Amino acid sequence: MTAEVVLPGVLADLAGGAKHLSVDGGTVAEVLDRVAAEHPLLGRRIRDETGAVRRFVNVYVDGDDVRFGRGLDTPVSDGAVVQVLPSVAGG
Amino acid sequence: MTDLIAIGTRKGLWLARSDDDRRSWTLDGPHLLAQEVASVSIDTRGPAPRVLAGIQYGHWGPTVMRSDDLGRTWQETESGAIRFPEDTGAALARVWQLRPDSADRPGVVWAGCEPHSLWRSEDGGCTFALVRGLWDHPHRPTWEPGGGGGAVHTVLPDPASDRVTVAMSTGGVYLSDDAGGSWQPRNRGITAVFLPDELPEYGQCVHKVAVDAGDPDRMYAQNHFGVFRTEDAGVSWQSIADGLPADFGFPMVSSPREPGTAWVVPLVADMERLPPGGRLRVHRTRDAGATWTELGEGLPDASWAAVMRDAACVDEGDPTGVYVGTRDGCVYASADEGDTFTTVAAHLPDVLVVRAARLP
Repeated sequence: MTAEVVLPGVLADLAGGAKHLSVDGGTVAEVLDRVAAEHPLLGRRIRDETGAVRRFVNVYVDGDDVRFGRGLDTPVSDGAVVQVLPSVAGG
Repeated sequence: MTDLIAIGTRKGLWLARSDDDRRSWTLDGPHLLAQEVASVSIDTRGPAPRVLAGIQYGHWGPTVMRSDDLGRTWQETESGAIRFPEDTGAALARVWQLRPDSADRPGVVWAGCEPHSLWRSEDGGCTFALVRGLWDHPHRPTWEPGGGGGAVHTVLPDPASDRVTVAMSTGGVYLSDDAGGSWQPRNRGITAVFLPDELPEYGQCVHKVAVDAGDPDRMYAQNHFGVFRTEDAGVSWQSIADGLPADFGFPMVSSPREPGTAWVVPLVADMERLPPGGRLRVHRTRDAGATWTELGEGLPDASWAAVMRDAACVDEGDPTGVYVGTRDGCVYASADEGDTFTTVAAHLPDVLVVRAARLP
């Protein structure tokens, strides 16, 4: 399976300036593992060292927040869009 | 001779320089804009001064940044300078303290972090190893988080021995005589007004500890209510709060040169946590806490802002420089041990940490 990972502009520099990445993987975890292997700093911005998605980072698969689904085990179909977005937070 | 102040705030880092023996300062920044800088250190042991900053990337997590060119460029360890081992199941939440060791231990830097943990680097802060002796301490599961989170916020390596002292909110003071291998609580006499037993073996909310210039066994502690001194490396503590307008506060700073000399910044507690009457004042002792002198020339009479635990420091100049930063974004510097202050910065974001160094 190859997914399209969509990054917010603020993280694109950590992927060589790319906001869109083609990444293989059958689940969100596998996709994010490959992102981290290719771009370690980017990987650490999205997930902590336990592998958990950071509290104020949201990951969507084809528009659905994986936190309300199967989390990192959410399946990723061929051509799916895995979007990473910062949540509404800050101060 | 250049003097440097590193000012970490909730929204970035500023550097202030003085080339006239601390009479005037030039502010440079922001660096690391929009990142929370909870800890910073200036390491002057290497060929170039290294600034380390423990930052929180907002949504994107905590990390340690380093600069060897006074903030012009910053580097970050790709895999993370501080990274909990997999078997701990823990994740780094915040870097509360960065403390270079002595000149005799080049490259050694300590970090105190949240969750409660101590880390040691041997490569100048590029990578840190978890100090297992403290992490595995049987007390650790009972150390509760203070209001800001549960963390090791004070790390005091003794330059002449393998002793390391840490302080935690909560948890209190712990001391190791074997470079971190084993740890003993050292809190007897320090109060914990929030616990049923007000004098427990451990569990205190000690806000900051500093070591006396003349005796490594003599330390001073600003507690969550109470100011204390020990003469026996924490085996017992005695109150030295008499003479202060309030016994609450966060910083505790000792002189690197003069035995018996230390500074505190009292706050009215518990609900206000503001300078008494809105008058920001530093209090200095020259007799190890027997008496205190209020110092305020150059400090504001209307300052409704607290000083955080790491937002006060001293330098290694002679006379000692004293630096204080406030939650309303002001930084004040004294080149005469606190007798008089000048304003270095105003209207910055909340100041979380200040550190000063004389650059070789």
